[in-house]
Amino acid sequence: MREDSTFSLYMSLLAVFVPFSLVAIGGGGSIFAPIQREAVDVQHWITGREFVELFAIARVSPGPGSMLATVIGWKVAGWGGALVATVALFLPSSIVCLGVAQVWNRYRGRDWHKALETGLAPIGTGLMFAGVVAILKLGHGGPFAWALAGVVAVILTWRPKTHPFAVLLIGAVAFNVQLLLAR
Amino acid sequence: MTDAAIPKSPPSLPLMARVFFWIGVLSFGGGLSGWIHRQVVQQYGWMDNDDVLSGIALAQVLPGANVTNLCVYVGYRIRGTAGAATSLIALLAGPTVICVLIAMAYHLLQDYPVLQACVDGVAAAAVGLNLRLGIVGAQRVMPRIAPTIAMIATFLAVGVFEWPLVPVVLVIAPLSVAAVWPRGARDA
Repeated sequence: MREDSTFSLYMSLLAVFVPFSLVAIGGGGSIFAPIQREAVDVQHWITGREFVELFAIARVSPGPGSMLATVIGWKVAGWGGALVATVALFLPSSIVCLGVAQVWNRYRGRDWHKALETGLAPIGTGLMFAGVVAILKLGHGGPFAWALAGVVAVILTWRPKTHPFAVLLIGAVAFNVQLLLAR
Repeated sequence: MTDAAIPKSPPSLPLMARVFFWIGVLSFGGGLSGWIHRQVVQQYGWMDNDDVLSGIALAQVLPGANVTNLCVYVGYRIRGTAGAATSLIALLAGPTVICVLIAMAYHLLQDYPVLQACVDGVAAAAVGLNLRLGIVGAQRVMPRIAPTIAMIATFLAVGVFEWPLVPVVLVIAPLSVAAVWPRGARDA
């Protein structure tokens, strides 16, 4: 993609992330599967391996996990790409939110609000599971990664107050131990 | 009544920018929504508890990252559209720069197997965090038939068949909401 002009790279970042911004029901994690498909299989911006790396980098960075878009943008078109991707992913949904915030309190508690919540929540949940599968399929970890993800989910169910960073650290340590044992 | 939460003398935009900038920069590992709640309600008293909780509910229903939605809502409630824009930009500015710097550092050091293993481990654990979110969501959805069908259909369409997200959501979302739309008095 390097031969493309920077401008056209910016345009394709916008074309990919703006629509995702508007359908990311249930939060950023719900669009990881389609982001992976677009970035790896359709646009060929990055390899599957690089996607997993950027996903991990976004997760250990401060800010929302959907800063995944930011680091993909950086990979595609440098600092400018990072900025364009960040704006593309966060601005459209924020404008919608601003519009709804202006009328929200007037209609709080109405029946239709409850229906919207009950009707949209399962879509967010379904998308979240899709993202889980998409990332695990790409990773190098194989069955070990699937097992670790399962263990983490169990730990968090058992101890919901566990700090997310502690969990990420457990993951990093577990994989290094596995690396040592495999030698 | 809707204006009750807005204090008589709202904070200055630079102060809001400073508060949200530090929430963004120090929010390693997620949990930003909880932090916004704490700062805005307890630390600065810019909004009351119920108003922020209502904002958290709204942030989860609307598309987009929950934390940026909450940030926009809170910023708007405190100082209108300018407040929303200020807090959103302040929240994302630090993390945008930091995550790219981390990506650059990783790029230089990626040949070390230890770092590779760290990345795989962090990715797997982070997937576990999302898996947990999914399980919590599923537990809430499962008692009801129509939402359960919507959840499974969405997962199959996007996760297994790898159909494009936008049309899938545009088809399933109206059906799913319609299925639980209150008819007459009160929905079951």
